[in-house]
Amino acid sequence: MAGIAVSTTINGDNIEYLCQPDETLLDVLRDRLGLTGAKEGCGTGDCGACSVILDDRLVCSCLVLGAEAEGRRIETVEGMAHGDQLHTLQQKFLEHAALQCGICTPGFLIAAKDLLAKNPDPTEEEIRFGLAGNLCRCTGYDKIVRAVQDAAIVMKGA
Amino acid sequence: MRYIRPLSIEDAVGQLAGSAGISAILAGGSDLLVRMKGGFVEPDLIVDIKSIAGLSDIRETADGFSIGAAVPCAVLGENAALKKSWPGVVEAAKLIGSKQVQGRCTITGNLCNASPAADSVPALVAAGAKAVIAGPSGKRTIAVEAVPTAPGKTSLAKGEIIEAILLDKRSPRSGDAYLRFIPRTEMDIAVVSAGVNLTIDEHGVVTAARVALGAAAPTVLLVEEAAEALIGRKLDEAALERLAKVCAGACRPIDDKRGTIEFRRKVAGVLARRAATTAYARAGGK
Amino acid sequence: MNFDPRFSGRKFASVGTRPIRPDGVDKVTGRARYGADFNMAGQLVGRVLRSPHAHAKILKIDISKAEKLNGVKAVITAKDLPDLTDGDAAMYDILDNCMARTKALYDGHAVAAVAAIDARTARQALKLIEVEYEILPHVTDVDEAMQYHAPLINDTIFTEGLEEKPVKPSNVTKRSQFGHGDVHQGFGHADFIVERSFKTEQTHQGYIEPHACVASVSSDGTAELWVCTQGHFVYRQHCAQLLGMEASKLRVTSSEIGGGFGGKTHVWAEPVALALSRKAGRPVKLVMTRDEVFRASGPTSATSIDVKIGARKDGTITAAEATLRYSAGPYAGSWAEIGAMTAFACYKLDNVKTVGYEVLVNRPKTAAYRAPSAPMAAFAVESAVDELAKELGMDPVDFRIKNAAQEGTRSSYGPVYGPIGIGPTLEAVKHHPHMKAPLKKNQGRGMACGFWFNFGGQTCVDLNIGMDGSVSLAVGTVDVGGSRASLSLVAAEELGIDYSQLKAIVADTSSLGYNDMTDGSRGTFSSSMATISAARNAIKILRERAAQMWDISVDDVIWEQGHAVAKREKHGNLGKLSLKEIAAQSGKTGGPIAGHSELVADGAGVSFATHICDIEVDPETGSTRVIRYTVVQDAGKAVHPTYVEGQYQGGAAQGIGWALNEEYIYGKDGRLQNAGFLDYRIPVCSDLPMIDTQILEIPNPNHPYGVRGVGETSIVPPLAAIANAVSNAAGVRMTHIPMSPPRILAAIEAERGE
Repeated sequence: MAGIAVSTTINGDNIEYLCQPDETLLDVLRDRLGLTGAKEGCGTGDCGACSVILDDRLVCSCLVLGAEAEGRRIETVEGMAHGDQLHTLQQKFLEHAALQCGICTPGFLIAAKDLLAKNPDPTEEEIRFGLAGNLCRCTGYDKIVRAVQDAAIVMKGA
Repeated sequence: MRYIRPLSIEDAVGQLAGSAGISAILAGGSDLLVRMKGGFVEPDLIVDIKSIAGLSDIRETADGFSIGAAVPCAVLGENAALKKSWPGVVEAAKLIGSKQVQGRCTITGNLCNASPAADSVPALVAAGAKAVIAGPSGKRTIAVEAVPTAPGKTSLAKGEIIEAILLDKRSPRSGDAYLRFIPRTEMDIAVVSAGVNLTIDEHGVVTAARVALGAAAPTVLLVEEAAEALIGRKLDEAALERLAKVCAGACRPIDDKRGTIEFRRKVAGVLARRAATTAYARAGGK
Repeated sequence: MNFDPRFSGRKFASVGTRPIRPDGVDKVTGRARYGADFNMAGQLVGRVLRSPHAHAKILKIDISKAEKLNGVKAVITAKDLPDLTDGDAAMYDILDNCMARTKALYDGHAVAAVAAIDARTARQALKLIEVEYEILPHVTDVDEAMQYHAPLINDTIFTEGLEEKPVKPSNVTKRSQFGHGDVHQGFGHADFIVERSFKTEQTHQGYIEPHACVASVSSDGTAELWVCTQGHFVYRQHCAQLLGMEASKLRVTSSEIGGGFGGKTHVWAEPVALALSRKAGRPVKLVMTRDEVFRASGPTSATSIDVKIGARKDGTITAAEATLRYSAGPYAGSWAEIGAMTAFACYKLDNVKTVGYEVLVNRPKTAAYRAPSAPMAAFAVESAVDELAKELGMDPVDFRIKNAAQEGTRSSYGPVYGPIGIGPTLEAVKHHPHMKAPLKKNQGRGMACGFWFNFGGQTCVDLNIGMDGSVSLAVGTVDVGGSRASLSLVAAEELGIDYSQLKAIVADTSSLGYNDMTDGSRGTFSSSMATISAARNAIKILRERAAQMWDISVDDVIWEQGHAVAKREKHGNLGKLSLKEIAAQSGKTGGPIAGHSELVADGAGVSFATHICDIEVDPETGSTRVIRYTVVQDAGKAVHPTYVEGQYQGGAAQGIGWALNEEYIYGKDGRLQNAGFLDYRIPVCSDLPMIDTQILEIPNPNHPYGVRGVGETSIVPPLAAIANAVSNAAGVRMTHIPMSPPRILAAIEAERGE
């Protein structure tokens, strides 16, 4: 099986890698590029822990082949903060204690970022359905929803 | 294993037709990659069709809409004209998986995966949608219900690719709706589902109708008797009652991890009734 | 050391505040390292071959083809994990569960494993291993497994706890009984009696992070293990014993843990990874797939429970009795025993009797799941209590208040209670605005109570003061939900310094003395006790150093708000020295300053909660929606109230999932049908409303700050609270959990006579 040469953009950086045809984008991010922020909770698109943004679309990186990233733009949790300045969502997740174990947090942050980019003023119901593809087993979602609500207010004012 | 990204449909057809071993078409990948992960399939060739010109577009034509095979379901929801004409089809497509899956999955893939529980298929069948198929011996167009033949099996021949799904231009006073039953509010596969598409006259009498049920038999069920229960009547209680009864009776479901035979029968009727009520209101019926 | 653990009733400066957790930034930036985020140079990929059969004799395993595959570095079977357990039956069960020896006992039971240079090679190698099975009859249902002619899972098991040893082996490993008084007499005094049978299906903890570890065994007999676990010291002991190593030669580092809830308290794959690494001579990373997590890590018990409760017309319960059958998987446990202990713990009863039966089935080995065994017992009891209240024509809250246990009550499982929170939670619920919120058509309200013991146990903490006056706190209880934050608050409180001056870490097994697991809600309770003790020991040294700097007697130095203060009446001119000033001079006054503590944390305070929920039922489909949910629970003292709320909300959400949709579904072939998050349906964000919480603080007299555990009790009431709400909404008593739409619809139709 020959490796496929891929040239892509991740968090604004031009990145090149070789991958196998059956390797997922999640495998590439974690095992080849050392970007372990995206987590594998299921590998079947049911938990959202591996969420990334691919050309402005929220996707599960476990359901994308590494080869498909050619010429595309990928955003991961590692690209959310600017230097030591956390993204508003990251800050609000901390302030609201919207994480306990934290394994689902990168996926939730990416999904929430995508949600607020498309709908800056979501209702509670829109947030809940917008984040329904991300499983959290620790929090009961209450504090996550509140963190996103609070971040939306701050981001609208910014 | 090889991964290719052809730029033309002819090239894709040629590669598929000429391949030995197992080949797979990749659009959204939300079924294919799951099956690969589970070890259920190990393709020798993966043909990514997303770079083929036109396959990622929704075109509005004189006859209606042509939805390219690689259009993600999320894009259907962003197309105002399509949403206005075929709200039931769009709502069905928008029920598949999560936001994450929505950004990838396609109605063509949903159709070709040939699951009896596919969400968009009953809505497409109710809508009378057609599939445009490109193959080694040229193009053909068939009704979508002719695509799945059994769970996981389609009528497509080696080398054939569905290029687009066609939806008719809407006649006035028409509406469609799709409802499914799932235990949670999101992320589940339909336990049973119903799509209803109808047209009414100026008095609110149903003049044309199509009713399709999902997860009620090995393939999607187009229930003609259910349509007959609606045609020629206003959507009164008696018509709805008859619709529910016919749909429950038409089901040939199974007991499995998602539901029982009894439950599926009962709820198929309930959903058909509720979907018909919504479709009727969308058509302007009161 | 002399450590006084008694509650002192002090005023708090740090404890009770809500600072940002020390591990927070790493977790929101993706930098935190979980089980699968760690790699070693030269690392191989490990994979496990699992039995597709529920019950089968392993006749032969041929690994020769797999071994020959290019890139395969080790293939192991049970032969590579020889039995070194020396008659320790519990350890033998752990060993057999890690790698089946003579029989595969459940779908998913490990039979062989490989280590290869990459995942693809490892997968191919698994396909080349040939296993010859003789399929045996199986049993997966708890009631069927108790039948006389049920397939026998282990023919050396004779039920314990009977007056006479039975003549025939069976799947019932143990009978246990609790209670006092005379229930027959008690029922004789009852005006109303409710008697019902209940079933609950098996659920999984459902942590989002699959089990993962990296093992590296060196040829000199030392080894390292990086692993997501709730107790790295226990993992070290178990792994060392199973591999024939000395514990001190195995260094175990606990990674960040992506959820455990009791499920990461047993070794599963870790001894296998170590055995692979030993054979291959290279590090091995072993990560379970989600399918493997469901099939082969420990879910909780399925149960079958009969309850009988009688009361007089005035609402006094005269007798209560329950028979509880809990599945254990294929190995003995104590799950029914715990269920039998907790069942009636909320009530003051003169006559009570519970009998538990522990039952073997061909399902994965049962593991703890948050207040293990208590939610099922509470479901049965609290459902019957609600029904009895209805028969009596009493308000369900008033009925419970009338019969609630209180200080001095002899509990149904034996001990006499100290100050407890059941009455206060019920009073709080009675006056909660939720109870007055309007209900619409097809909506019902339910409430229920729950109890959990809380654990203490062996605990060890190091508190080191740097020369710059900053403090590092090394604890040995794994942080599963924010305990580094709460323990930092406790240390700050005791030392009288600011939270920001501290950094807490979870130390590895070679850097700190032994610690029990983070289980039984013991993390904050036990480690805060050890932290207080360590801080007090450090303060003693700080006072000595200050005395030395001032050249006065240490008896004249007191510690106040982060400063050494010379007694004013004698040394009024000396003023005070800050921790920082003392630390800066430590090199000249006797060297580094540290406080240590090793203790057994006794006196964990029992915990009670009462929940209220409103549910809407669609009578045509059996579909349910949670409209409102409120948790009221006694925390003893909420060290970090936000994380206490988080525990309340998380437990409630897990209970809601269990009550409504989560269940292991087995086919007739004994294979698990839903080993994934698609069909094992844990609640998603849109399934739940906000979960309101109310923290009560009834101090635990056996902890300096009054802390009780808070992690587990919140999962105990939901099953019953929701069952009561659904029953009220649908007009029919629900007795089978989960109350999935098909079960609810069937119950409604049976009631209608359809």
